[in-house]
Amino acid sequence: MIRVQKENFDIGSEIERLRAGRTDIGAIVSFTGTVRDTAKGAPITQMTLEHYPGMTEKELERIEGEANARWPLQASLIIHRTGAMKPGENIVLVVTASPHRKDAFEAAEFLMDYLKTGAPFWKKEERADGDDGDWVDARESDEEARKRWKSPE
Amino acid sequence: MNVKLLYFAWVREKTGLGEEVVDLPDDVATVTDLVRWLKTRGPEYEAAFERSDVIRTAIDQTHVAHDAAIANAQEIAFFPPVTGG
Repeated sequence: MIRVQKENFDIGSEIERLRAGRTDIGAIVSFTGTVRDTAKGAPITQMTLEHYPGMTEKELERIEGEANARWPLQASLIIHRTGAMKPGENIVLVVTASPHRKDAFEAAEFLMDYLKTGAPFWKKEERADGDDGDWVDARESDEEARKRWKSPE
Repeated sequence: MNVKLLYFAWVREKTGLGEEVVDLPDDVATVTDLVRWLKTRGPEYEAAFERSDVIRTAIDQTHVAHDAAIANAQEIAFFPPVTGG
């Protein structure tokens, strides 16, 4: 399941909902991305996430579908927030469930690597010193991280 | 041909527009052609597409390369490399 929302989310309740009533799951992996309080060494007061409504949902569903095709997942969840967030707040949650841990670990990492390079979100940081906010630059390392999944083992 | 153009993040800030509908000239066949044409529409477009090699494009909400044909596109979006997650 995928969700794009402005509101914060509760990690514990999301995982509880995903596993409710199930006894076949053996491993649940979750990743939470949060807002750091600094950018390039300077304190930031706020981060704003812009996105492309419509395409965002399509991309997240496509990425989730690909993870489910590669690993025997019993459940998966992607939640990504949009709008303004303060340092320390949640930005993104990925949860994967499988009978054994390796698949859940790998799928969660795959989901994040693909999300970071394919889902149409853009971060803008507002700096504490009042300078104009900066759009966050894409990182080469994220692209490298995505590429290692290209050839299925 | 009428097509809806969308701009996001710093591309949106530089064009000063989130979206617009344009009537494309017949000789605009690919994304590269479209970018070249947009840059003739004013200094704000020239500024927005100055680093056109870093700008990403989606046609009808699917990522495409700049040599992609835009025939029958309903919606074309321009944006910087994504930075979510």
